[in-house]
Amino acid sequence: MISSVFLLCVVGLSLTQIQFSSADLVKQTCRQTPNYDLCVQTLRSDPRSSHADVAGLAMVMVDMIKAKSIATLHKIGELLGTAPDPKTKATLRRCAQLYDNAVLKADIPSAMEALKTGNPKFAEQGANDAANEADSCERAFSGASPISSFNRSVSDLSRVASAIIRLLL
Amino acid sequence: MALIGKSGPSVSQKTDLTLNAPAESTNISAQFLEPVSRGPSAGVSEKSFRLHSGVRAPFPWSNTMLSWQRTGYHFQPEKNWMNDPNGPMFYGGWYHFFYQYNPDAAVWGNIVWGHAVSKDLIEWLHLPLAMVADHWYDTNGVWTGSATLLSDGQVIMLYTGATNESVQVQNLAYPADLSDPLLVDWVKYPGNPVLVPPPGIDDRDFRDPTTAWYGPDGKWRIAIGSKVNKTGISLVYDTEDFKKYELIEGVLHAVPGTGMWECVDLFPVSLKEDNGLDTSFNGPGVKHVLKASLDDDKNDYYAIGTYSLESGNWTPDNPNLDVGIGLRYDYGKFYASKTFYDQNKQRRILWGWIGETDGESADIKKGWASVQSIPRTVVFDKKTGTNILQWPVEEIKSLRKSCKKFDKLEVGPGSVVTLELEKATQMDITAEFEIDKEALKRIGESDMEYSCSTSGGSAQRGELGPFGLLLLADEGRCEQTPVYFYVAKGTDGQLKTFFCTDESRSSLANDVDKRIFGSTVPVIKGEKLSMRILVDHSIIESFAQGGRTCITSRVYPTKAIYGAAHLYLFNNATSANITASIQTWAMKSAYIRPYSSHAF
Repeated sequence: MISSVFLLCVVGLSLTQIQFSSADLVKQTCRQTPNYDLCVQTLRSDPRSSHADVAGLAMVMVDMIKAKSIATLHKIGELLGTAPDPKTKATLRRCAQLYDNAVLKADIPSAMEALKTGNPKFAEQGANDAANEADSCERAFSGASPISSFNRSVSDLSRVASAIIRLLL
Repeated sequence: MALIGKSGPSVSQKTDLTLNAPAESTNISAQFLEPVSRGPSAGVSEKSFRLHSGVRAPFPWSNTMLSWQRTGYHFQPEKNWMNDPNGPMFYGGWYHFFYQYNPDAAVWGNIVWGHAVSKDLIEWLHLPLAMVADHWYDTNGVWTGSATLLSDGQVIMLYTGATNESVQVQNLAYPADLSDPLLVDWVKYPGNPVLVPPPGIDDRDFRDPTTAWYGPDGKWRIAIGSKVNKTGISLVYDTEDFKKYELIEGVLHAVPGTGMWECVDLFPVSLKEDNGLDTSFNGPGVKHVLKASLDDDKNDYYAIGTYSLESGNWTPDNPNLDVGIGLRYDYGKFYASKTFYDQNKQRRILWGWIGETDGESADIKKGWASVQSIPRTVVFDKKTGTNILQWPVEEIKSLRKSCKKFDKLEVGPGSVVTLELEKATQMDITAEFEIDKEALKRIGESDMEYSCSTSGGSAQRGELGPFGLLLLADEGRCEQTPVYFYVAKGTDGQLKTFFCTDESRSSLANDVDKRIFGSTVPVIKGEKLSMRILVDHSIIESFAQGGRTCITSRVYPTKAIYGAAHLYLFNNATSANITASIQTWAMKSAYIRPYSSHAF
């Protein structure tokens, strides 16, 4: 009885050790980004993170930027459907262009390919630009943005991604 | 597309000496003292600069502004993304140039080999893609490589492939038909890859094979850059047939703390002669330059040293100026450079990738990104013994027209002189400067060490500088790119000359890089301060003291474009008078087009 409990404890301990190592990498990595909580939360939400190296964690983050960008495009589509005033409409359209042409068609594929093939400096460019596009979109509304939380999300995630990628250089 | 200048009203040879009177110079000094954003110059790294540059509205780039940015005489494909120069060589009467290219977008990705040929390194004919990602061993990227010309006429091309599992390997390719001087079609060796990462080297730290040089025992030798932890290294391999290789024990060289070495290059320079040397050349009267592109800071570093075939090592002349911690080919935007031996004119020629420093969204909008530097000859600097000299190839002069000379212009402290010019967006400029001797004697010691990148640029006044030229400046000088000298006495009592380019006011747009960069430049006693500048729309290449220090800059003005761009001479020193002699040429655009059978 005692021996099986002992065995259980040992096994339990070693399992914790294993989990500890990958959780350690997530924590270690996220500590070197500008938003620890967002970083940990995002990485933990993806099962790939538990056995990924730093490049893998960067890819998980880039995938999240992609997902949030797609969500932003959907939101923009929704808002355009509510017949907003001409100024808001024009800005929404401009943002859609930034997210579609720049972030989704150029930045994300470029960053993913760079990470996959071991050329992280090009991934850094892509992540940095995604943040700049999101910030550009937000500022174009001059304070009256209907998609602030989306832009903020993409921007923050991109900055975290950029910091993770920097660790690969 | 560059504007072809039409002949306008004849321009007078006289200079417009505005703002020479004391009252007006005070006015101009005040303008120079206007605060410049310190953000970009105060040591914020290029990589993080735009990410943390604060809250500003995005710039509304118009198509007019964006299309002006395209160069008139620098090599660039018709559209999309380009990066590293690959396999440059002279073969079959043509200069061949290959390059990393994305056929699908204006950002990096889907990399294949573009190809172009030229008779003079200036006018180019675009050919079909030389190699695409069509095998498992390069399906994730047909990356950088180099050419080796064998004495029996064979052409060997070694390049890095990113495999289907993202492992970096080296592959062999050769022309399908050596009797085709254009070398349009290429064949990949069926036995590829010829090299895979050796034990101890990461799958992703093994790339950019060099041109081979003849080693001992009649074998060929190549180098490949890599790293071990944070130490940048260069591995060396022996081969007889370019198909089977033997890893040489040890490394060609290693420097701790420099990180991954990309695009390694090793080549001989003559200590006595002015001509270039074949890559295999060795012996007395020869030193070897070792160069690496540092992945960590995106700059190209070189060092002069000695290469021993017996030991297989390269040793720097000065370990304090070792590869990656000493001199750079270029103190601006310049990366992944590569030299080749031009047996046609016996020159060593350097190509460098000049990327964009604007936002990627602008690149996507304008549909292209990156240019190549004008090819530069590379020779050993006999006068200093510690530098190499880079100089635009002579053939660039074929684009010169309408020369204007300004002889011995006297420019007092705090003044600006308008140099009237048409076509100030495509120019070749040479300038010589002399500081008045009294001011040189008077100068006191400074307790602070000047540095281009931490200075206030051209607005920061010293006793003996800054002075130089204002390029791409509009009439109100809201936008301007100064290229200048700054002379100061260091903390050691010695006069030091700095050569800088100041992008801080190059554009009113806030989504472009605006750095101030440069370096010291050795000035031999008796030498005048001299600079040469190639202006070509959004690229400015500057050379000081015959190419001892070079700075390449990318600028994106919004107002100082087309006919609104002017050239000024300035002296913002507080006490020195400057005498300047300047020559300017308007530059024709170079014929850079897709090849057609009607071309010649």
